[in-house]
Amino acid sequence: MPAVQETVERVKAIDVDQYKYGFETEVEMDVAPVGLSEATVRLISAKKGDPEWMTEWRLDAYRRWITMREPTWSRVKYPPIPFQDLHYYAAPKKNAAPKSLDEVDPEILKTYEKLGIPLREQEILAGVEGAGSRVAVDAVFDSVSVVTTFKEELKKAGVIFCSISEAIREHSELVRKYLGSVVPVTDNFYATLNSAVFTDGSFVYVPEGVRCPMELSTYFRINERNTGQFERTLIIADKGSYVSYLEGCTAPARDENQLHAAVVELIALDDAEIKYSTVQNWYPGDSEGQGGVYNFVTKRGDCRGVNSKISWTQVETGSAITWKYPSCILRGDNSRGEFYSIAISNGYQQVDSGTKMIHLGRNTTSKVISKGIAAGKSDNTYRGLISAHRRASGARNFTNCDSLLIGDQCGAHTVPYIESKNASAVFEHEATTSKISDDQMFYCMQRGLSEEEAIALIVNGFVKDVLQQLPMEFAVEAQKLISISLEGSVG
Amino acid sequence: MSVITPIRTPAEAGLIDLYKVVRNTLPGTKATLKHRDEAFAVIEAAGLPHRRVEDWKYTDLRNLMQEAPPLAARPHLAETDPAIAKSKAFAAVSGARVTFVNGHLVTTEAIPEGVEVTPLAEALTNGHPLLARMGGPEVARDNAAVALNSAFVADGAIIAVADGVTLEEPLVLRFINTGTKAFATSPRVVLAMGDGAALTLVESHEGPGGVGYHSNSVVEIVAGSSVDIAHIRLNAEGDRALALSTLMVTLGADAKFASTGVVAGGHVSRHQVFLAFAGERSVATIGGATMLAGKSLADTTLVVDHRVPGCQSRELFKTVVDGEATGVFQGKIIVRQHAQKTDGQMMSAALLLSEGAAMNNKPELEIFADDVVCAHGATCGQLDDELLFYLMARGLPRPEAEALLVQAFLGEALEPIALEDVREELTDMVASWLAGRAG
Repeated sequence: MPAVQETVERVKAIDVDQYKYGFETEVEMDVAPVGLSEATVRLISAKKGDPEWMTEWRLDAYRRWITMREPTWSRVKYPPIPFQDLHYYAAPKKNAAPKSLDEVDPEILKTYEKLGIPLREQEILAGVEGAGSRVAVDAVFDSVSVVTTFKEELKKAGVIFCSISEAIREHSELVRKYLGSVVPVTDNFYATLNSAVFTDGSFVYVPEGVRCPMELSTYFRINERNTGQFERTLIIADKGSYVSYLEGCTAPARDENQLHAAVVELIALDDAEIKYSTVQNWYPGDSEGQGGVYNFVTKRGDCRGVNSKISWTQVETGSAITWKYPSCILRGDNSRGEFYSIAISNGYQQVDSGTKMIHLGRNTTSKVISKGIAAGKSDNTYRGLISAHRRASGARNFTNCDSLLIGDQCGAHTVPYIESKNASAVFEHEATTSKISDDQMFYCMQRGLSEEEAIALIVNGFVKDVLQQLPMEFAVEAQKLISISLEGSVG
Repeated sequence: MSVITPIRTPAEAGLIDLYKVVRNTLPGTKATLKHRDEAFAVIEAAGLPHRRVEDWKYTDLRNLMQEAPPLAARPHLAETDPAIAKSKAFAAVSGARVTFVNGHLVTTEAIPEGVEVTPLAEALTNGHPLLARMGGPEVARDNAAVALNSAFVADGAIIAVADGVTLEEPLVLRFINTGTKAFATSPRVVLAMGDGAALTLVESHEGPGGVGYHSNSVVEIVAGSSVDIAHIRLNAEGDRALALSTLMVTLGADAKFASTGVVAGGHVSRHQVFLAFAGERSVATIGGATMLAGKSLADTTLVVDHRVPGCQSRELFKTVVDGEATGVFQGKIIVRQHAQKTDGQMMSAALLLSEGAAMNNKPELEIFADDVVCAHGATCGQLDDELLFYLMARGLPRPEAEALLVQAFLGEALEPIALEDVREELTDMVASWLAGRAG
């Protein structure tokens, strides 16, 4: 059946021509010369003040990258990316190691204010901003981290939260131990490119037994023309710790395409839990399909310890092209992976996203809930892999992916791979709305809800659980999106 | 990824040599030869499909096909008679019979009025008018198994059923393979169904045990409007056989098509179904039961192409995997932009009975129309402990309890078969497979 009117209107309200964050900031920038070569890699490394091993690491990645070819298996089409015509480093000039907010270029502060990102700790504490929520923010502007808030308070709890370049300098041992251990340098074309030229991103280390006292977040902004943003995030949750991390992104509206190739690595040791949430709102291009961000992201979590848990939540509304598969390697026994995704495509956007749940340990469980909504002339693909290896006795997965089409110019596709090498692994994949537990449905409907309302209640209740963890500025948008009706959805 | 120039495997090199030798001896006109050359060019250029080729991800033919055995020659009477006498499949089913031995048409029996059977070798040589309709739906183009068949096909049949003809009894196609040394067969059957025609098509594939022969059959059904086709297929190939098979169906308007396949043989087997709806309001039901043991691999690959509005497709596949065997299910429903009001549902369920068993599922949807109902599901697991407990608590020993549950599991896929004796024979086959497993 076709989509209901309410859904059509909601999706329209976030159509590509409604993009609110398309403004540009005028700041003086320090930009690396166009093109990528060993010299560029060395230049970035020098700008970042990398230790020698890091420079070597980057160079090694670069040398491998030049032998690689772009992957073509995904359902996205785009003209060849002129990798040699991009700037691989761009930083605001006045941002030479600011000690406090007062030293940061006011133009940049204004940008974040406009975006609604709280950077002034005192004001937030005093409630001046009115947000009330206490979130530590790492603000990344093009290639550099501008400021990280609440560092001191976090330090008291033993939590390290800083930009990755700072971590490379100051927590070298930790970074060296874990960087590239989840997403190896040679993982894929974009991850290798990122390994060579990554400029900034966040680093989080939560020590043993610590529950991180506040939400951590990073806000990425691409501003400069013709630049690629390559951020790298590394989060380590030591034994028995817990951390929730959020990521938001926007970019100015330009008629050229901008490249964003990020790598995110999560490591959860014994009994640790990481929640990673993303609200991806890069510039999607205009209604004619001009411009927009190419978003090629490798995100992977490693449940390395027993009883560890990693959960990914993503709300994807931006980017001209989205190519990302946040995954979980369930290595520790009894570990758990979760993936909740809402991907909405409009205009000429192309989304190819999904997850991988790789069950290696015993009694590992995973859950995948994905909702794709395609409108306009867009294409929306769910691509997922669930696999159980020989040793993964008692592995369990439940996958539910629904998609919804609005109009007859768009496409929705589902490409799930379900591979089981263990007889005691139980995998269920479904893509129908009628297959939510009959008991739950019966319970809700007996109390007077219609089938549609009951389904919405059950699925939204499920997703809301995680979305409610998002801070206000993200939550409002996310809530709007998940209230989209499931009516008319197809597998 | 650097540019990889594939090294030709012995099987690939063997196929190229073989083709050079046989291309001028195989039957057909110049047009046929051109068609063969084009088909073989696909193989020569890309080699045999391997795991990096998406459609063959789980059935790495380059790895699984070790050699290119010689093509089976037309057998002598002295060979065909004992082979036919030994054939067991659907022996009790009465009806018209067309028998192929090693891919060559050898006998036709009780062909009713309104049905015309022409040996394919003859048709290729004389230029039969129905040859123009060969080739299958668009979604089967460039398929490696079909290309190999097109290149090497030596015989088969063209079966034409005239408009409005309803066959009371089934039409049985028996593909019997015989020999003691490895050989290859590539039979092809084209069934052209006139408007309003109706029949039950029963297909069996058998072969000797212990011989690593290759069979690669293609059955094409080109149907007009308002046809009613029931299709039953049995794979009882030998335990060392590499069996590729393809069913290509193009349906006109208001058509009814139901197909059930049972896989009970072959070392490596892959059954492909390509179905295209070319006329509105048609209904297709495709299903199957696969039983796997030892180190065998069975792949079911299915593409249903909704090209026109208002059609309905239902797919239900059941797989039971024992020993160290591997089951594969790849299903794809395509709904084209104008195919509104499509109703497509696909389900694959697998039971893993032993520790070394594996199952790979890939149920895909590709949808470009917004007013459709499409769904797919896939499950994979072991027998439910609670159900086993229930049966054992009532005095059934474990193997019997297991057999009962497996039989019920597979039975669902056989239910749509309307012909009672055929359904019973296949049900018995499931039972004896289970008995063999317990023994």
